[in-house]
Amino acid sequence: MNTTPKAIVIGGGLGGLWATLRIADAGFPVQLFSLFEVKRSHSVCAQGGINAVLDTKGQRDSIHQHIVDTLKGGEYLANQPPVKSMCEAAPGLIHTFERMGVTFSRTPEGLLDQRLFGGVKNKRTCFAGASSGQQLLYGVDQQVRRLESLGQVVKFEWWEFLSLLKDADGVCRGILAMDLKSLEIRAFPADVVVIATGGFGQLYAPKTTTSSHCTGAAASRCYQQGAWFANAEFFQFHPTAMIGRDKNRLMSEAARGEGGRIWAPRDPSDARAPNAIPEAERFYFLEEFFPAYGNTVSRDEASRAIWHVTRQMGLGIQGTDRVYLDLTHLDRAFVSGRLGAILDIYRKFAGTDPLAAPMEIFPAAHYPMGGLWVDFERDDSGGMRPDSPRNQATNLPGLYACGECDYGYHGANRLGANSLLSASFAGRIAGESVVSYLKGLDHHRAPLDPTGVASEIARQQRINHALMRSDGPENPHQLHQELGALMTAKVGVVRANPELATALDELRELERRAASVTLGDSSAWANQTLIFTRQLQDMIQLAMVVAKSALERDECRGAHHKPAFKIPLPEGKFPGDPEFEDYRTRWRANNDQWLKTTIAEFNAEGPRIHYGEIDLSFYPPTEPRDYR
Amino acid sequence: MPANRTSIRFKIRRQDAPGSPPYWQEFAIPYAPDHNVISALMVVQNNPVTTDGQRVAPVVWDRNCMEEVCGSCAMLINGVPRPSCSALIDSLTQPIVLEPLPKFPVVRDLLVDRSRIDEGLRKVRAWIEIDGAWDTHEGAPRISPSEWSANYLYSRCMSCGCCLSACPQFGPHSDFIGPAALAQVRLMNAHPTGRYDQADRLHAIMGDGGVSDCGNAQNCVRVCPKSIPLTTAIGELGRQTTVQAVKDLFGG
Repeated sequence: MNTTPKAIVIGGGLGGLWATLRIADAGFPVQLFSLFEVKRSHSVCAQGGINAVLDTKGQRDSIHQHIVDTLKGGEYLANQPPVKSMCEAAPGLIHTFERMGVTFSRTPEGLLDQRLFGGVKNKRTCFAGASSGQQLLYGVDQQVRRLESLGQVVKFEWWEFLSLLKDADGVCRGILAMDLKSLEIRAFPADVVVIATGGFGQLYAPKTTTSSHCTGAAASRCYQQGAWFANAEFFQFHPTAMIGRDKNRLMSEAARGEGGRIWAPRDPSDARAPNAIPEAERFYFLEEFFPAYGNTVSRDEASRAIWHVTRQMGLGIQGTDRVYLDLTHLDRAFVSGRLGAILDIYRKFAGTDPLAAPMEIFPAAHYPMGGLWVDFERDDSGGMRPDSPRNQATNLPGLYACGECDYGYHGANRLGANSLLSASFAGRIAGESVVSYLKGLDHHRAPLDPTGVASEIARQQRINHALMRSDGPENPHQLHQELGALMTAKVGVVRANPELATALDELRELERRAASVTLGDSSAWANQTLIFTRQLQDMIQLAMVVAKSALERDECRGAHHKPAFKIPLPEGKFPGDPEFEDYRTRWRANNDQWLKTTIAEFNAEGPRIHYGEIDLSFYPPTEPRDYR
Repeated sequence: MPANRTSIRFKIRRQDAPGSPPYWQEFAIPYAPDHNVISALMVVQNNPVTTDGQRVAPVVWDRNCMEEVCGSCAMLINGVPRPSCSALIDSLTQPIVLEPLPKFPVVRDLLVDRSRIDEGLRKVRAWIEIDGAWDTHEGAPRISPSEWSANYLYSRCMSCGCCLSACPQFGPHSDFIGPAALAQVRLMNAHPTGRYDQADRLHAIMGDGGVSDCGNAQNCVRVCPKSIPLTTAIGELGRQTTVQAVKDLFGG
């Protein structure tokens, strides 16, 4: 009898494929599950690049600085040992990708090129043309295909994870999954499960830059089976996304960096074409609100300003959620040379030329810093202990999480080009951690109880049958639109407690309505409405976690912005001034109260929140951020 | 192109399951200038009623990134294989005719089974042999910027299948592996360490179904949404396989 323990990995983006590689490298068989061909995963959407200190630009860049930038960018909410280890491992990851054949852009002498990216001072970002995420994903996708040909990996594409199988001790021992074509529900016993199913931007649809499969449903299912969900209130909104009916597409902040100006007509009913509106009748609000920075103000400030102008001042173009991002005043040759990728995307998807007329943009939900809670073990150097089975482990024994669906590496906000890094690193660490876990397993433990498995299969089949028979008044796609509008309006860029409380009530109502739908499709073959409705129900559960976590946290930190609790930096005052010292005291008191991890636990009445301590051992916060 | 400014009309080829007979249905949604085929299909999905008033099952199709990098949403649009996310309604003649990507087995409606693309990539060993996914404390050899630009074109292939569906030689009737996998052989053989295994990859495309089955119709390069020079790759591979055949003959 073959007793080699085996692993299941759910999700085929950068995180899942890295985990798969490291587990299979160690000789353990892997079953890899994905909703579609793994190379179509959302990792392909990352355009900008991946951070790693190579210090090849004569700028004396250092890993220490990368760690500090990441911690400060996240306003100290990230545990520091994982961040330290990630930044230290980054150059090695880049070189491994390079060996895999990733087509990184090159310098004249054939070295890996590096460029400047948001929020840092040094050129630290490796990139592959304008499709960095796609190229990195293909690198690991090809390696997984190599391992498939050796029989070490078996892919289950077009299968959806439904639930975890747990033994009598609560240890995760496999999964239940559904074939998205035949709708067959089957049990897959295993000795460990890794979940790497990405983020959940679809809670904000269509105002999100994420792919249509970024629903968070799989992570929500783990949460509903007892996995903790951490820091859900921290969701990064990208200020400049081109508006679309299916999704909003990211226009890189390079557009502002190269001189793009954001404005709206002073009169929102002004129906003239933008080029026909005279300068005096344009409201360049970033330049008015932030005289020192103007249009190059940070992502967060820009998002909030656009929100304020459109939703609070009612000055969006024609009263809608739109403002202009204008490049038309710039030299055409200059813009074409510097922003070619952005121009191409806009022309392709809007059908108009940003050099001829301003682009129309609005903030969009881009990246959740929060996700499934995962553990780590600190070693004597202050980093993560290599190969510790605690690294990337959720609170459910036998369940690991990595990639955008974990909460581990960004704190309250994420630096540009750190997401491809964290997905790759967390995936690699999860794989190594799983190997340690499998090696430490007692091979004589009792097998899963087959009657329990059979009853779980029957329960899941009943859910399908009930939905297919349901003839309630609700349309699941309509409910998704309502969910997106609700989350955008009340749990979005700017937050207030009364609205968050209302949002929770409305989510309860959506939960109730999502139980009485009509699918309009009774087919038992490739029934996408059935599949989506199940995801939608789990999205609503996750939305409650986001709203509840946001409601409970009474402060402004990173992407979580609640103006009622803002501690303003006193203008024109500096250390030594009594006003500044008073500010410093308040800042410290606020950290004493709120510098902690939000942890949500599932409960039938709604998420229960408790807080966890943050490991600040590497670079404790001593001074407020002050970018003046 | 003048569009009907009050509605967007679709004629969609539907099929309930593999092997069941296809049939056509027509839909219309209110016109808006900023629709693409996916966003319009989403409107149809919300309220799937045909133009003759019949409530039908929602149309099944594939999509994910909606930015033309994942390759999911390719279908036949007015007879041309292309990603539907970047197919802007205002640029299309109506009624817009949607059909599943040809040459691949239909799963349901516009959803097809493209697993043959993956099989092709496995067959040609479209990967670089590495010792393992761990740090070896050095990178790969340097690559010149000009070599990089040539390679980068091929690395953007997203396995959408447009080239295969347009290729007269590819399909259920033949073993021809098709341009997508061939272009990856070109890419892998150009990598400084990928070259070590170029003979294996060339052997994989030297027999039946390999590079010599290309009929030079050049359809692939015309429909590729990423403008990948597929025919250039096939030409280069023709030369590489010839050299390889000579080497094989003389034990080179």
